[in-house]
Order: sequence, then structure tokens, then C-alpha cells
Amino acid sequence: MTTSVVVTGIGVTAPNGLGTDAFWAATRAGESGIGPVKRFDATGYPAKLAGEVPGFEATDHLPSRLIPQTDHMTRLALVAADWALADAGVALDQWQQFDMGVITASSSGGFEFGQNELQKLWAKGGQYVSAYQSFAWFYAVNTGQISIRNGMQGPSGVVVSDQAGGLDALAQARRQIRKGTRLIVSGGVDGSICPWGWIAQVAAGRLTGSEDPDKAYRPFAADADGYVPGEGGALLILEDAESARERGARVYGEIAGYAATFDPKPGSGREPGLKRAIEAALADAGVTAADIDVVFADAAAVPDLDRAEAEAIGAVFGPRGVPVTAPKTMTGRLYSGAASLDTAAALLSIRDGVIPPTTNVAPAPEYDLDLVVDGPRTAPVATALVLARGYGGFNSAMVVRKAAK
Amino acid sequence: MAGSELTIEDLKRILRDAAGETEGIDLDGDILDQTFEDLGYDSLALLETGSRIEREHGIELEDTSVTVVETPRALLAVVNEQLAAERAA
Amino acid sequence: MGRRVVITGIGVVAPGGVGVKDFWSLLSDGRTATRGITFFDPTPFRSRVAAEVDFDPEALGLSPQEIRRMDRAAQFAVVTAAEALAGSGLETADLDPYRTGVTVGSAVGATMGLDQEYRVTSDGGRLDLNDHRYAVPHLYDFFVPSSFASEVAWSTGAEGPATVVSTGCTSGLDSVGYAAELIREGSVDVMIAGATDAPISPITVACFDAIKATTSRNDDPEHASRPFDNSRNGFVLGEGSAMFVLEEYEAAKARGAHIYCEIAGYATRSNAFHMTGLRPEGLEMAEAIRQALDEARMNPDEIDYVNAHGSGTKQNDRHETAAVKRTLGEHAYRTPMSSIKSMVGHSLGAIGSIEIAASALAIENNLVPPTANLHEPDPQCDLDYVPLKAREWTTDAVLSVGSGFGGFQSAMVLRRAS
Repeated sequence: MTTSVVVTGIGVTAPNGLGTDAFWAATRAGESGIGPVKRFDATGYPAKLAGEVPGFEATDHLPSRLIPQTDHMTRLALVAADWALADAGVALDQWQQFDMGVITASSSGGFEFGQNELQKLWAKGGQYVSAYQSFAWFYAVNTGQISIRNGMQGPSGVVVSDQAGGLDALAQARRQIRKGTRLIVSGGVDGSICPWGWIAQVAAGRLTGSEDPDKAYRPFAADADGYVPGEGGALLILEDAESARERGARVYGEIAGYAATFDPKPGSGREPGLKRAIEAALADAGVTAADIDVVFADAAAVPDLDRAEAEAIGAVFGPRGVPVTAPKTMTGRLYSGAASLDTAAALLSIRDGVIPPTTNVAPAPEYDLDLVVDGPRTAPVATALVLARGYGGFNSAMVVRKAAK
Repeated sequence: MAGSELTIEDLKRILRDAAGETEGIDLDGDILDQTFEDLGYDSLALLETGSRIEREHGIELEDTSVTVVETPRALLAVVNEQLAAERAA
Repeated sequence: MGRRVVITGIGVVAPGGVGVKDFWSLLSDGRTATRGITFFDPTPFRSRVAAEVDFDPEALGLSPQEIRRMDRAAQFAVVTAAEALAGSGLETADLDPYRTGVTVGSAVGATMGLDQEYRVTSDGGRLDLNDHRYAVPHLYDFFVPSSFASEVAWSTGAEGPATVVSTGCTSGLDSVGYAAELIREGSVDVMIAGATDAPISPITVACFDAIKATTSRNDDPEHASRPFDNSRNGFVLGEGSAMFVLEEYEAAKARGAHIYCEIAGYATRSNAFHMTGLRPEGLEMAEAIRQALDEARMNPDEIDYVNAHGSGTKQNDRHETAAVKRTLGEHAYRTPMSSIKSMVGHSLGAIGSIEIAASALAIENNLVPPTANLHEPDPQCDLDYVPLKAREWTTDAVLSVGSGFGGFQSAMVLRRAS
């Protein structure tokens, strides 16, 4: 029998709430964290809105020794990890260091830190580049810093599959727990809201040009015109179910199923891969479509991508066959932070029996989705499906469910 | 500031900017003869500190001088010796 | 016993030559491919030595649009994936796309592309707000290195799980280790897996200058990478890629594939100590080695050759020497252990996969590559580092280890498939 892997702690830094409670209260209530970019002057760019984490003062939470060597998104990640561990009631000194690992997702690393050092290099010269540049911007930085801060010497890792990576990280954490590690800190916290990161995101042509925060990011609407990027995400504490039970940990739910696929090369005429990922994740969890109580959609808000996702959901669940929601309409797309935040929301839905809404969207009838749009929907949720797609063709699907008593 | 002497106050400021302060350590106290290790600064922190000193004072320190010295007093001595030599040259 | 994973195809782009043949000839001759940096004017920098690849993507079959779209590191990976696939005898048409996945390791992603594009869009650092009108249309592909996995998947037809694994300088080991786990658990039957990095750009050189991690032996670039030698003073930055075709053993055997070796065991651990520093005892690398041996169900004395991380920094060479002694015991002294970084430099995330290629070829040829430039070992490094000359040596099992910024310590055991 394979080891069951459960989530025992959640740490959230999200644009609509710093901390799990603030995030969940806002998300249930449909309160958005999207607004005009504050971190730099974006008025001259084709995209002007972002989901920025409010009220985060790194020095309130982290030792000053860490500040000069960390990007903003790493600070958010370190704090999310602290909160997740506290939430799980993990007393680090009672754990063997090799029993704990860290597996995170990244997309573009500490891009703002990198921008500052690139500017020093080109404007002033190589001798101005920071001693911390060699690691502060790179993709492995959050895993490295979290492992150091918490003394975690078990298996660690970092995956980069754009927005799909958040689920890939959780799945890799589950693999390592099944191989014998007791606990893994996993998920993603991300963000590149800086001029250099901004123009890279603009280049992909998927950001909305809208300047109205309440109308900007409208996945599955007939007039969807792109997404709003954001920062933040969630880190989760994954544990061996048996070991969690023995220490009397509170359990949010089980990571029950997962699968990942890659789309065929554009123009090949072959079928896209999301449906396959969903079916394989359901099979991995040993459930059928009828068992799924809610789908947390990837929700690209790019018409072709919305259509592909709606078709995949429709093919598996039938027309309007399952409630679908996209609370990321309140945060923006958080890249590698998005899917673990959706997973956290799914687990909180299970806990509270409530599905958070998708805001700002009048669903296009052609997609035939039961999109949860008019406020939160009260419903028993035992099993949820989380979808995440990454730029370039990455599809990941994860099933979480209420843990067996 | 090229050419002027590096004081302990300069060094404290540079340390704070380069590497922050360790919890429970008071940089404002008498730290001249405490080891950098006791002050909570590792070799990386000292490399960043050394590079900032180099830029502020327009000098180039030997590769190992920053990581070999153990105390602020020793670091000041190395830097100021080099600054004096450059003024004399 | 569960599913076993074997290597049936290898592709390499490394300093000194493109393709497995040139790579192995360099290593078995003990030649070095380090030289003064030619990609840009290195005059302002402290370390001006690198191991560069002479690489002509068009001659290797990439189209002009692919060359434009892909960072050099992605180009490397597409070329090595093609060589691996061709060599495996699995033509694209024979692959079940749904049962084939991709992992590409990379520590620093599209660093060259980003450095160049930053410079243009900021007008040489003059603008605080980068000008999007000067950005290349595919800038997002540089922004997220997951584009490397996309490119390899597109070029090989894989439609199974795909990702980039980015764990600093152990990425090349961890990517292949990750891929092997996917085959073992049954998610896929074939993985196109390996790693790539092309970091030789001003920002990378400057960031390693800042921590004095790279060598300053600028007057003698051909002999600048000196792992385990008492005169070493830092690593030499390199670039390159190795990709593999990994298959489930029974399927590979059934189709009569040439099998290089089995990936018998793999593990990674963290030192949870320091982003760049290592504790001299090597306890965490030792734990990774023990776990990898355990997964392989092998005893330490069954290892015939240790393929070292051997970066040529004092702390690394001592750290891994300690870890190997701690795990192999007396057998460590009888086991040749060498660093190919002495010849091809340190290509960050790529090198772990390039070292797996070297290890597989050592098994294939019963020949252990040397540590070049090793004349007078550090007295604290007292193992048999195979100085200067390759050695004919019965090599049925190899331990390859890696160590990286962020504290990652990884180990892989490769074994002749029987």
C-alpha cells in the first residue's frame, strides 16, 4: 500500500491577504487585491495592473542578516514557510534534520534582485555587483533559504514549469514522502513585479491592457483580454499521513492524485494535453469525475486557452457538470505561486464547505461551465481538482480530498 | 571618500548595509576586538563588505585579506595600511 | 524488484567538442578545453578564463527561427537531445508521445539572453524603467527557463510530463534522478532527460568575481582548472549540455537497445547550512551517497570509480574528499576518483549531466578519465585522483557526486546493466 500524503500546514502571502486567515476571508467574500502597480511606475507600459501583497514589511518578520541577500519574493517565501510550519504545529527541534525537506516551484527566480545587479553591472561596472547575486536571483533560492532557515536536510528540489510548477512541486514532495521522508515544505511563492520582469511578461502578449481593477482579469468571459500578474503564493506542509496522525497533527486533506502532460507542438494538429492530465490525476486518486465537487481552474483569460480549458473540463465532466471557480481573479496569476495557493484554497473549501467565487466574470455561454460567479457557494466539498498550466504547453492536475478519519 | 581613512563607524555602517545585523548583537557597542564570527558575519558577508569598502575608497584589496582577518580592528588595519601606502605613492 | 531504468542514448555538447565522440576523446586524452574568454571583452573582470564551446547551431540543424528564439542553453539541449535520441535507435516515430517525458536541468536558465536583453532594454543600464519597445518578442522564453523543456519536448515529440529542474550546480544530477523516478513509478516509459547551461556572460563572471569563487589564473588559461591540486584557486566557468534517453530496462532489452548502464540509485540532501558555504565534514553529501547506494542495493566496496564534483575550490575539494571517505571507508583509498572539470570547466547546472555522460562512458570503455593539471595534491586531499592520464580500469559501477549553491548535495550510482 502506498503511503498517504497529507497537508498539515498552510502559509499564505497573497495579494488579497497576508496570512491564511486574511486571504481566506477575502477570498470567500470576493475581495480582490488587484490594483495599479505600486512597486514601480507602470504608467508607461501596456499593462498597468498587478496583484501586490499588501502590508508586507520584511523586517517585521525576518532577521536583518537576511535582508541584503534576498529578493522580495524570497522574503515572502521565507515568511510563508514560517507560517506554514507554525500552522502545522511543527517544533523543529523535535525533528531529525534529514526527515524534513523543501521542494518549491520557481518561474523566473529573484528577478528584481537580478535587475538591480544587472543595472550595477552595465551602468557602473562589474565590481559593483553584489556578492549575493550568485544565488539571490537563481531559481533554487527559495528552497535553499528555507532549508537553511529551518535546518531541513532531507531531499530538496526545485521545479520550473511556469505556472504548472506549483503542482509539480507538490507532486515531487509527495514522491519523496512516499520514499520515506516524513515532512516536506512545498509549493511556490513567486513574483517579478519590477520593470525588467514586467517587460518580459508584456512580451508574451497575454497581459490585459485594462486599467480597471474590477474588470481587468476575466477568464471565461466572452471578451476576456488577458490576465493580471501578481506576486505571492502558498507554502504547504506535506507529511506522511501515518506520521502526522502519530504526532496528533490537524490534517487539512490528502494529496490524492496528480498527473502532468505536455501539449503537442503548435501546428501539429494533435489533441492538447489538459484532458489527459485530468483523467490521469483522477485515476491516480482512484476517483471518477462524479466524485469531484469543485474544479479550481487555471483560468488564463486568453480566449484560446480558456476554450481549451473549458473543452477539457467539459469532456471529462460533461456540460456544466461540475462547479468551476477561479479565485485567482482576486489575486492575479502568481506564476509558480498560483497552483499551491489554489490548492490551499481547495483545502480550505473542504474544511469550510464553501466554494469561493470567481469575481468580475460574466461567463460566456459557449464554454458551458458552471462557473461560481455570484458570491461564495455553500456546498459540501470532499474532493477537489486543481488545474495549472504553464506557458509553452505544461499541464498539471491535482486531486485533493478530505482525509480519511 | 577615496583616500580618507576607514573608521570603525564607517565599518559599522558598511556592515549594516552589506549584511544586516545579527539578532542579539549590538554593533554600537565596542566590537573592535570581537571576532566577525562572534558578530555573526560569515565569509560571504565579509566579501560583500570588502567589496563595498573597495568601491567607497577606490582601492583593491588582496583576494584573501577580507576573509583572513578575524576582527574589525584587524580589518581596519589592513585597509588603512593600504590606503596610507596609496596616499604615499 | 520494481522497474529499472537504463541509459540507452547520450548526447553531449561540451567545451572541446560537440558530440559524444569528441567529448570522450578529450577526456581520454586528458586534454583541457579551458581558454581566455572570447565571448566578450573580459578585461574589466577578475577571472578571465572559461571553458567555451565552439558551437554552430545552424550547422547542427537548427533553423534560423529556432536560433533566434532560443537562448544558447536551449540550443545546446535541443542538439544533445537529438543526438541522444538518434543514438538510442528510438526514432521519433517509435516513441509513444504520451509515455515520454522531458526533464532539463539548468542552474541559471537563459542568462546570456537575459544579460543581452537587459542591456538593450535599459540602454546600457541608463534607464530604471526598461523600455519594452526594444525587447525581443520571445523575451518571455528567456524569463522562464521552463522554455528549455518546451523546446526539447517539441523537438522530440514528447507529450508526457515535462519540467525544468533547477537546483543550482546539482541540477544535472537531480534532473536525471527526477526522470528516473518517473520511469520507476510507472508514469512514463521513456524520458529525454539531462541538463544544459550557457552562463558565460558578463553578469555571471561578475557575480563569481564578487565572491572570488572563480580562478584568477588568467596567465595560464589552459591549466587554470586544477581540482585537488595544492595550487588551485577557484573554478573555471564552463558551458554545455548532456541529454540522455532513459528507458525502462525490460523494454529496452526487448527491443535490443544498446544499454550504456543502469541508473541504480540516486539521492539528494541539503546541508541547511549556507547558500555558498560547505561544512568540511561532508555529512550531508555522505548521507546522499549512503541513500543512493541503499537504493542501488550495493555495498560501498562495489564502487569502482568516483566521478567527483571536483570544482577546484579548496572548500569543495576537501568537503567531498571527506564525504567519500566517510561512506566508502578504506575502499575510498583504492578507488580512482577524478574531476572532469579539470578539462571542461564547471558548467553549473549542466555539468552534473555531463559528468553522468562521462561516468556512463567510463563503464562503456572501462577507462577512467583523469584529473588534468593535478601535479601536487592538497595534502588534505589524499585519495587517488587519477592525475593527468586516463586509466584503463574495470569499471562496473560509478558513484557520481555533486554539490551546489543553496546547499544541495546529490549522489548517483550507475552500474553496468546485466
